[in-house]
Amino acid sequence: MVTGEKSKTGARIAVGVLSVFSLIWVAPILFTILQSFRPFADVVSKGVMSWPNHLTFENYTHAFVQSRMWLFFLNSCEVAVPAVVITLFLASMIAFVLSRYESKFSVPLLMLFTAGNLLPPQLLFIPLYRIFLKIHVPHFINSNGVLYDTQLGLILVHVAIQVGFATFVLTNYLRTIPKEISESALVDGANVWNHFFRIILPLLRPALASLGVLMTTWIYNDFFWAVVLLKTGNKRPITAALSNLQGEFNTDYNLLAAGACMAFIPTLLVFFAMRKHFVAGLTLGSTKG
Amino acid sequence: MTSVLDQPAAEVAPVKKKKRSGSHNFSGSDRVTLGAFVGFPTLLHVLFVWIPAVGTILLSFTFWDGIGGLKSIKWVGFTNYRQIFTLDDNLPVAIRNNILWLAVFALIASPLGIILAYYIDKNLKGTQIYQTSFYLPLVISLAVTGIIWDNIVRTDGVLNSILGNTNADTAISWMGDPHKNIWVVLVIASWRHIGYVMLLYLAGMKSVDASLREASAIDGATEWYTFRRVIIPSLRPVNVIIVVITVIESLRAFDLVFILNRGTNGLQTLGVLVYQNIQGESARIGWGAAYATLLFLICLGPIMVYLYQNFSKGND
Repeated sequence: MVTGEKSKTGARIAVGVLSVFSLIWVAPILFTILQSFRPFADVVSKGVMSWPNHLTFENYTHAFVQSRMWLFFLNSCEVAVPAVVITLFLASMIAFVLSRYESKFSVPLLMLFTAGNLLPPQLLFIPLYRIFLKIHVPHFINSNGVLYDTQLGLILVHVAIQVGFATFVLTNYLRTIPKEISESALVDGANVWNHFFRIILPLLRPALASLGVLMTTWIYNDFFWAVVLLKTGNKRPITAALSNLQGEFNTDYNLLAAGACMAFIPTLLVFFAMRKHFVAGLTLGSTKG
Repeated sequence: MTSVLDQPAAEVAPVKKKKRSGSHNFSGSDRVTLGAFVGFPTLLHVLFVWIPAVGTILLSFTFWDGIGGLKSIKWVGFTNYRQIFTLDDNLPVAIRNNILWLAVFALIASPLGIILAYYIDKNLKGTQIYQTSFYLPLVISLAVTGIIWDNIVRTDGVLNSILGNTNADTAISWMGDPHKNIWVVLVIASWRHIGYVMLLYLAGMKSVDASLREASAIDGATEWYTFRRVIIPSLRPVNVIIVVITVIESLRAFDLVFILNRGTNGLQTLGVLVYQNIQGESARIGWGAAYATLLFLICLGPIMVYLYQNFSKGND
């Protein structure tokens, strides 16, 4: 009975600790959401902690229409969706070869991808910026005729970096799947092409789903590369465009809160809808295959 | 949740028949397919990651104003490094900040994340709610995180309101004071990091063999003792990844300080200094490159540890 009593107090302490921490964790987010529904003038006259006497959608309509947050949201999707699809496709191809046709190059190649993914982005961007100014693209992609300041350039950089992590994860994942599954197909005379598309890609589906959710969030949330590689305000994704809402002298904090909510609510929805995949994606890289 | 993905490696290990590449019989078209499957992703990765990385390291030994062509680049040896260490007042601040960042992550945030994972693992009532709250910051971009917390820490924000400093003259300027603002930023960064560590640890703990805990419990060890002495040591791969993440995230720091005040006035970090020396009219590419190379040298440690962990045994 003594142990029972003990574990009861233990459980109470645990619940106490967790409740307090959870509250601290969600409070800033909830507060921002509340702010986004309050008129700025109201907050200025009565203070941030005052009780709101009326709530309004005004900040949202303002952010959406005048500040064109819809455009920036679409910009984010235009970068994140192709980048994730291309990354996963390329990484699946190379992971397939590295795990099914092992050679003396497999391990060094995998190390190259794994290490490349861990390099700090600041180490890459000086030459990348210069290279992008030198790479010419047709004028329908960029009126300046260069890769710098294009969403295509941003996509390419995201793909090049993320393919490192995805290759590492997918190769380890494929190594945990017995090769016998492949061998039976090879007996049937499938060539490399069919082996990949008919057998390996379907096997990869759960890992691709998790990685896909995770990488969409990462790339959508990217700020660094968007700031560094894009110059034109209209092309910026939503994270980078938010800083436009920060005024020089008088920032309308409630408008800014509405803009911030518009930026993070899509990712929260994705998270709530696909939480298992999100968590699995994050832990995929940390457990050895 | 991870069960689909973490299939036991034990099933695979015994099947390890070593195959040499020569043992495959490829047709011509198979060779082309394989070449393309490997070549295309590798080319992209090398072209846009490794070549720029090497380029930056080389540039750190040169003078270049960035305006003239590549021919105007002059080799200057270690001059840039000597200059940033002796002439740039920003470097000591940045190094102090990066070290503080690392210290707070390593000594406070990461252990807190592990302790929270310990409590969450007990599967108490409401565990889903707790987990979700800790994961939320991970889903939100760091730039947006900065804006969310600005509501709390700006001069007329929540924190001063709670402390009763509502008068504009007496209100504490949390972000404006170069001695205070780094600590505020570290709280914000920890808000995110703790959840990350918690998530990784929780997933790791789920994979610990139940018999380990039982054996320890039979020996009369308390739960907490079991956690510290049995579970934590048994989670080597997770421990390594947490060390790597803790070091790399604290060194990369850019987004948060940049959105809060562009990384100036006490909030300089190595990551920001690279950017500041590259932008604008007075670009000093060599200095920026030297900062980036410093950053790389410090990251090299954790990168090697991570590679060693993943490639040292069993996989060659």
